[in-house]
Amino acid sequence: MSKVLVYSEVHGDTVKSVALEILGKLAGQEVDVAVIGDLPEAGVKALAEHGAANIHKISGNGLDNYSAEGYSKALKTLIDKGGYDYVMAGSTSAGKDLMPRLAGMYDAGMASEVTNFTMDGGTFAGTRPLFAGKVLAKVEIDGPKPHFVTVRPNALGMPESATAGAGNVSEESVDVGEIKAAIKEIIKGASEKVDLTEANIIISGGRAMKNAENFKILEECANVIGASVGASRAAVDSGFAAHSMQVGQTGKTVAPSLYIACGISGAIQHLAGMRTSKVIVAINTDPDAPIFTKADYGIVGDLFQIVPLLTEEFKKIM
Amino acid sequence: MNIFVCVKQVPDTETKVTPNGDGTFIETNSIKWIMNPYDEFAVEQALLLKAAVAGSTVTVVRVGSVQDTEALRTALAMGADEAVLVESEDNLDSYMIAKSLKGGIEKSGKTPDIIFTGKQAIDDDCLQVPQLLAQMLEMPSVSVVVGFEHADGKVTLKREIEGGATEVYEVSAPVLVACNKGLNTPRYASLPGIMKAKRKPLQQLSLGDVGVSADDRRIKYSNFQLPPEKPPGKKFDAMDEGNQASVVAEVVGLLRNEAKVI
Repeated sequence: MSKVLVYSEVHGDTVKSVALEILGKLAGQEVDVAVIGDLPEAGVKALAEHGAANIHKISGNGLDNYSAEGYSKALKTLIDKGGYDYVMAGSTSAGKDLMPRLAGMYDAGMASEVTNFTMDGGTFAGTRPLFAGKVLAKVEIDGPKPHFVTVRPNALGMPESATAGAGNVSEESVDVGEIKAAIKEIIKGASEKVDLTEANIIISGGRAMKNAENFKILEECANVIGASVGASRAAVDSGFAAHSMQVGQTGKTVAPSLYIACGISGAIQHLAGMRTSKVIVAINTDPDAPIFTKADYGIVGDLFQIVPLLTEEFKKIM
Repeated sequence: MNIFVCVKQVPDTETKVTPNGDGTFIETNSIKWIMNPYDEFAVEQALLLKAAVAGSTVTVVRVGSVQDTEALRTALAMGADEAVLVESEDNLDSYMIAKSLKGGIEKSGKTPDIIFTGKQAIDDDCLQVPQLLAQMLEMPSVSVVVGFEHADGKVTLKREIEGGATEVYEVSAPVLVACNKGLNTPRYASLPGIMKAKRKPLQQLSLGDVGVSADDRRIKYSNFQLPPEKPPGKKFDAMDEGNQASVVAEVVGLLRNEAKVI
C-alpha cells in the first residue's frame, strides 16, 4: 500500500471530476487530498465519499490566484510533512503547468497524462498514449520519491462503486513568499462552455464548414445536448475557428463519451487527437473519408442538411 | 539580451508511427523529422525580440540525435545566431532532456535573460521540460503563451487556459516562456538565410559534457503497441433528401439505446 496525495481543483461548489476519477482508481491505498483555497461542503462530501482520508485546505499569502511557483511551494510544504509516495493530479491547464515544477523540486520522475493506471502492490504502472495516441506504451517511474502522475480527464471514468474515506478536514496556512510570475488579470473566454479536454460531448467542424459563420449550426446542436464545439486543424488554419477549439496532434487531445465529427475528413493528426472518444459519429459527403474507419456511426451526407435534423431529433429526447 | 530557444526534433505529424520490434520505442528508420511545430513559435518570438532589443543574440539549443539536424538548421536559417547540440538518443525522458538543456545553456557561456520553448513536444506530449528547466534554473516560467509584449525590461504574457480564457502575467527577466500556436506567424527561412546558416557556429556536446548519465532516467517506457482497432461501425447513406430524417432518427435512437451516451 502506498501513501498518495491527490491535488484537486475546486470547480464551482465542488471539485473537478477528474479528482474523483483518480480517487476511484486509488481504492486500497492511503489517500489524502489537497485543495488550494476554499472548498465548499459539497466538495468535501464528494471527496470523502470517493475515499479521501484527509482533506487539506491550503491558504495563505500569494495563493489567491493560480501561479506555478506559489501553488508548487504550497503543495511542497504539505508533501514534506506527509511523506507521500505519489502525488497525482488531473492534466488540466493548472495540473500540466504545476506538476512538472513540483516534480523538479524533488528531482523526481513524473508520468504525464496517463489514460489508465494500476497500483499493484502499491506501485504505479500507467498506460500512456504517445505520438498523440498513434501508439500506446506502459509507463513506470524510477528514482527518488515522491513520484508524480497526471491523469487525462474523462479517461478513467467515474468509479461504479466508491469506498468512502474518513474525509477529515484540516486547514493549512502557508507563506509562499515572493512570486516572480504572478497573474495580473484574467480575461474570460468567449465561451462559457466546458473546455474540450473536459467535455463529455464534443461536436466538431472541419474544412467543409466553409466559414466561421456556419459554426453556429454546430453551436445550436451543442446547446441542445450540452456539448462543447471543436474544430479540425484545417478549419482553424482557414480562420473558421480559434486555436483553442482545435482537436488533434497540434491542438487538444480529447476523450469525450460522444464525439460528433462534421465535415472532417479524418487526417491522421486529427484522428490522433480524438480516437479515444468512447463513441464517434461522423458526418461527411465522401463515403471513403478516413474518419469513417474510426466512426461507430457514420452518416454519408451533407452536414448542412444532417446537423439541423440532428438538432431537431435531439430536442425531442433531451 | 541573451535570448535562448530550446527546440526538439519530432516525427512529422503526417508520419505513420509504428512500434519497433521489441516494443521498447518506435521504428525510427523511415520517419521524416521536423522541428516540433510549437517550437517554430518560440524561434519566431525570439527573433522578434532580438530585432526589438539592440545587441541581442539568439542561441538555439537542442538535445537529440545528430543524424539529422533539421530542427537546428531551420532555426539558424530563420535567423538564430548560434546553436548548441547535445548529442543523445531520441528517447530521453523529460528530466534528462531538461537537465541536458540546462547543461547546454551553461556551456554556451551566456547567462540567459529569456528562454523560449514550445508549450509541448508533439512526440511524447509530456509538457514537462519547460517547467522542469525553469525550476532547475530557478527562474519563473509561463506556459501555453499566446501573447507576448516586452517593455522596460518587463514582459507581459498571456497564457491560455480552459475555455479559451487567458491569464495575464507580468514578469521581469529572467523568465522562461513556453509558446503556443497563435502567438505569432513563424517566418519561412529565406534562401540567403539557409546559405548563411551553414557558416553559423554550432557547438556539439555529449551527454557526459553536460553531466547527464543513465542514472538520471526517471521514466521507463515499455510495451509500445498500436492502439486497439475499433470494430467497424454502422454506416448510413443519407445523400438523398428522402431518407435523411429517418437516418438521423435511427442514429439518435442508437446513441440513446445502444451506445447509451445521450
